[in-house]
Amino acid sequence: MVIEISCEEVWREVSNYLDGEITPQLRARMREHFKGCKHCTAVLDGTRNVVQLVGDAKAFLLPAGFSDRLYQKLDRKLSEDGRL
Amino acid sequence: MSASHRRTALPAPSLRVGGEILAFTKSQVDPLESELIQRVLRGQHEAFRELVRPCEHAVFMATQAILKNEADAEDAAQEAILKAFTNLAKFRGDSKFSTWLVRIATNEALMKLRKERRHKLHDSLDDGRKDDKGNYVPRDFADWREIPSEALQTKELRRALSRALASLTPKHREVLVLRDVQHFTIEETATRLGLRKSAVKTRLLRARLQMRDALAPGMDGSWSTGRREYKQVRPW
Repeated sequence: MVIEISCEEVWREVSNYLDGEITPQLRARMREHFKGCKHCTAVLDGTRNVVQLVGDAKAFLLPAGFSDRLYQKLDRKLSEDGRL
Repeated sequence: MSASHRRTALPAPSLRVGGEILAFTKSQVDPLESELIQRVLRGQHEAFRELVRPCEHAVFMATQAILKNEADAEDAAQEAILKAFTNLAKFRGDSKFSTWLVRIATNEALMKLRKERRHKLHDSLDDGRKDDKGNYVPRDFADWREIPSEALQTKELRRALSRALASLTPKHREVLVLRDVQHFTIEETATRLGLRKSAVKTRLLRARLQMRDALAPGMDGSWSTGRREYKQVRPW
């Protein structure tokens, strides 16, 4: 039999749940809770979605002119060092 | 350095950057990278551009995610790349060059952030919503409509992500960046920040929930359609 868990406890562990950083017992309790709690399921889904989005390489783009400024700086450094 | 030497080299290769030792233990030598590095070391400096170009995005992402200000992030990214150039001879090829470079960039950004903190009394005015035990309380409980990765093509979502990230306090932001943007493990994140694993987990929870709340206005589908109706359907 799975012991019930409160919503507050689920929120505290939702990140660990996604990272697999909880015991199998707690995972089972949370999974059972999600079956009957739309709110906590929304918190879980949204948190998982955030992790997926921020981990995507397309989330943050280079500013315009980034490469040009970088290599200008590199060229300046090389000439200062007498390597150009 | 020959391949056989790399295989038998016992001490982990390392580079000291910003007072921190970056050590690598996995052998992930890319022949093209290795050739470019050798060319740079022989004085063909133009090869450095070829070496760095594929990593530019990852380097900037690492610094931008830690530093709020885009100009500071660019500055830190440039400094990291120049540092990599100066220290290239110390790179022994036991990790991907990009991994090494991103770690230098992360350190550079963290150093800059710490310098900034010394000039400020408070990390952030936003202390979030807490219950009586001090736990962060999620703000939105409506059904979450998944924001698909394809929606990252839209400027609105990318801006919203940057704003959401910038709204975190530095201590929460740096944990989220290392764990979720840079994909370090919790243990690696803890080591890099000099924190206990439990502290990393606590900060990560808070950061993820706060990011979720910040992005919730888009769950009505506006991230994928570019519509702005969420302003009318969400009260905040």
